[in-house]
Amino acid sequence: MSVILFYITAVAILLFAFLSVTTRRILRAAVYLLFVLIGTAAIYFLLRYNFLAALQLTLYAGGIIVLIIFSIMLTSQMNNKLEKPNDLQVVLASVTSVVGVGLVLFVILNHSTFITQYSEKIYNVKEVALSLISYQKNGYALPFEVISVLLLAAMVAAIIMAKRELKNKEQ
Amino acid sequence: MIQGVPLQHILLLTTLLFFIGVYGFITRKNLFTMLMSVELMLNAVAINFVVFNAYLFPENLQGHFFTIFIVSIAAAEAAVAIAIIVNVYRNIRTVNAERINEMKH
Repeated sequence: MSVILFYITAVAILLFAFLSVTTRRILRAAVYLLFVLIGTAAIYFLLRYNFLAALQLTLYAGGIIVLIIFSIMLTSQMNNKLEKPNDLQVVLASVTSVVGVGLVLFVILNHSTFITQYSEKIYNVKEVALSLISYQKNGYALPFEVISVLLLAAMVAAIIMAKRELKNKEQ
Repeated sequence: MIQGVPLQHILLLTTLLFFIGVYGFITRKNLFTMLMSVELMLNAVAINFVVFNAYLFPENLQGHFFTIFIVSIAAAEAAVAIAIIVNVYRNIRTVNAERINEMKH
């Protein structure tokens, strides 16, 4: 059952990702990206990382996409189509992508001596959170603190960047 | 792990997803769609971390936490990038990457 679900999700993710980079209407691109992110959350659910899937849905699909859609509405006219990329760019980008896919798949398929293990364990939120704040072995307290400082800095930077124009107008 | 799905198939999915993001980043000219392509690439890498964790080291959570940090950094990056884009739009009235060629307005 989960095998069929995985393949359906994978095909949907690839299809929507391709539509998201090729459609010429910008809001549709954002909505297709939303579907890709929801598909990713579905893969996390299939792998039974429930906390991560919830995080993906709320932070990525909920937060970032809404932010992107709001700022698209602030800055562009909905009716205008995006201009077509010129042919040279399409050719070069396709060549880059195909060569990259070929190279990566060559490495993956030729060195595929992965020793996979099976585990029935499902991590609940409490275990994840305790591991996140523990400073013992397998604890992630330091990266957690660093990421919170980074988020604070990014927040301050975003506010300052968005505010600068107002100051200029007042002068 | 997902019973019955080999690791290589998921790696195939993430590879294709990553290079679709690369394709979009090269061909797009609008700053927002370029940002979306970056999100696609980050997303592919995040799936990779989780899948390696789930298939190779299911007793540990390293890949899990890496993905949590990737998601937080993506949120910070999107917030700053969108603030910059909105500021650029206020100053020169366009979000087209090819028309943004002056450092000082």
